[in-house]
Amino acid sequence: MSAASQEFLRKAIIKSADLDHRALIQKGMLSYDLAVAKGKLRFADWEAARNRCSAVKAEGIANLAKYLTEFEQRVIERGGHVHWAENAGQANEYVVNLARARNVKTVVKSKSMVTEEIHLASALEKIGITVWETDLGEFIVQLRNEPPYHIVTPAMHLSRRQIADLFRDKLGEDVKDADPVRLVAAARVALRRAFFSAEMGISGANFLVADSGMVAISTNEGNGRLTTSIPRIHVVVTGIEKVIPRLSDLAALWPVLATSGTGQPITTYSTLIRGPRAAGESDGPEEFHVVLVDNGRTELLANPETEEVLQCIRCGACLNICPIFRQVGGHTYGTTYPGPIGSIYTPRTAGLSEWGHLSYACSLCTACKGVCPVKIDLPKQLLITRRDFIATGNVKPAEHAGFAGFRWASADAGRFQMLGWVGRKALAVVRALGLSGTVLDPMRVWTKYRSPIALPKQSFREWWRKNGNK
Amino acid sequence: MKRKVALFVPCFVDQVLPQVAIDTLTVLRRVGCDVVFPEDQTCCGQPGFNTGHWEAALPCAERFVRVFSGYDCIVCPSGSCTSMVRSHYPELLASSPLRQDAIDVGQRVFEFSEFLVRVAGVSDVGASFPHSVAYHPACHATRELGIYAEPMQLLRAVRHIDLRPLPNESECCGFGGMFSAKFGMISAAMGDTKAVNLEQSGAEFVTAIDPSCLMHLSGVFGATRRKLKTIYLAGILANTAAGAAAKGASR
Repeated sequence: MSAASQEFLRKAIIKSADLDHRALIQKGMLSYDLAVAKGKLRFADWEAARNRCSAVKAEGIANLAKYLTEFEQRVIERGGHVHWAENAGQANEYVVNLARARNVKTVVKSKSMVTEEIHLASALEKIGITVWETDLGEFIVQLRNEPPYHIVTPAMHLSRRQIADLFRDKLGEDVKDADPVRLVAAARVALRRAFFSAEMGISGANFLVADSGMVAISTNEGNGRLTTSIPRIHVVVTGIEKVIPRLSDLAALWPVLATSGTGQPITTYSTLIRGPRAAGESDGPEEFHVVLVDNGRTELLANPETEEVLQCIRCGACLNICPIFRQVGGHTYGTTYPGPIGSIYTPRTAGLSEWGHLSYACSLCTACKGVCPVKIDLPKQLLITRRDFIATGNVKPAEHAGFAGFRWASADAGRFQMLGWVGRKALAVVRALGLSGTVLDPMRVWTKYRSPIALPKQSFREWWRKNGNK
Repeated sequence: MKRKVALFVPCFVDQVLPQVAIDTLTVLRRVGCDVVFPEDQTCCGQPGFNTGHWEAALPCAERFVRVFSGYDCIVCPSGSCTSMVRSHYPELLASSPLRQDAIDVGQRVFEFSEFLVRVAGVSDVGASFPHSVAYHPACHATRELGIYAEPMQLLRAVRHIDLRPLPNESECCGFGGMFSAKFGMISAAMGDTKAVNLEQSGAEFVTAIDPSCLMHLSGVFGATRRKLKTIYLAGILANTAAGAAAKGASR
């Protein structure tokens, strides 16, 4: 068992039994469910919108090299810089070197999961730069020194009261009654100072538009606009899979992303950026850099079976609907991307042996498939991740023996019947001797959390032989 | 002429929950089917397929296709096992010489309630069940096979039944096959969440068209000392006399 797998089990035991956590998450998810259901009603044909978004993303992925170079060319034409990073190290090195060369002391960041994935903030902090997360949720988890809990709502695991306590301890602001308006105001005071002192703003990208060379950013707090327009230097750090062919594609993608993510008709601030401040423009950065990160994405691209995973637009819908996520929460996974998409993405990009266990942390309920706005077949991806995990030899000896036995028994009805009979008799003996739940109990993994199954006197096939034709 | 039906009994139903198959048989015979049980059957292969052991699942699936290839109509008291055959065999048997036979057999295998309503055209089987009941829409039946209206139609036709709406009904109960063993703590927490919703519904019984969900829920109810009881759909439909004790009920 990998270290990550043991850690997952350890945290899952704690979270599964944490009823306060369960209540908080259920409450948040049920209000999300209602908002999304209402949001979908605004579409004349939600299915058609999903199909359109899926087709657009698939077109981008199928012609990735073409659209990325088209995007790059447009950015360079307008005086921007494009850097291609094969991995996290190369991406961080570029940004760190740039910050050092421009004598940057303070960085403001808008929300970006790719920068979480490559641990950019800590790379900058290592050379003495102060990094401010400016998305409110990200700001809160940064103050707590923890990673985002969720890819869209990073602090959803915290109550108002916990946030008020945090602000008192870290910002010295005592907010009366944990009033949400005052909490936001307290954060704003700190963040405004950061915006006006930062020399560099770092953002992610929701989409890279090939035909117009634009970066599309969606935020609900306006922090994305401040991050990308006030500091002297703007650096976009994003994954190569974000590219879409045409500006007009956003007409479908923007509303679908917002509806799937939060139930909104469109994200409050939908921003398009196309380079540094041009002559005659009143705002915008002097320098504009785009870092295109691979970091395992071409592994998914190289395999026709997994290519569709790159269509993901990080809306969070599969996390929200996932009944496992609803029990264990985002931190239990130990990954940048939790929930169904993360349980596919992480093993494929960061190693099957270390992360393959996540593909099993799923009851195959298939709810995620129904909500994915770009129609990724998430349950199928989880199944083939499991298949490849086993095929690469990641199987415990007991499980291997179990399936060898299963294969042997199921090849013959007589053997199958005999094995079932022996199993029931053995279980009855174990129970009669009071050994339920001990190592001798073949059903102990079941009865650890459930009452024992009442054993029948005979199997159906035994019954059938005696009574079937009566 | 009586319709000939082959019973496909899931391996765990055969070995642990025989009453589910007996009740299924009772109802099928009552609506006029000539039921046979091909004794050569073992398992559809879902346990292996779902855990990544496709090498163990493949011979099971091929065996299933051979055993059932001679039957025009196959009925199964489980949405999940039906879906394994109909939805997943084409992928599992993609490079098997039996691939086309597997696709054909998938078109002839029906989940029990689906068979009654869509194939046999029956929604009132003459049952009576004087209890309050909530229906749990099992994941594979609902989302993979699109079966929801059929069991509801059958339940609505039952005399003296008090059907209760179940809050957040489409959320998984937490069984998930080997998931229930590999991640028992999460599985049980999901079952507990389902139990809370069931208690809110006020129903005495929870029913479903997947006995595996009910087997798991029954265990969770027992471990958390709840009064809720489980009963497979055919267990309700097999009851005829008003006030008769529910034979197929557990816990």
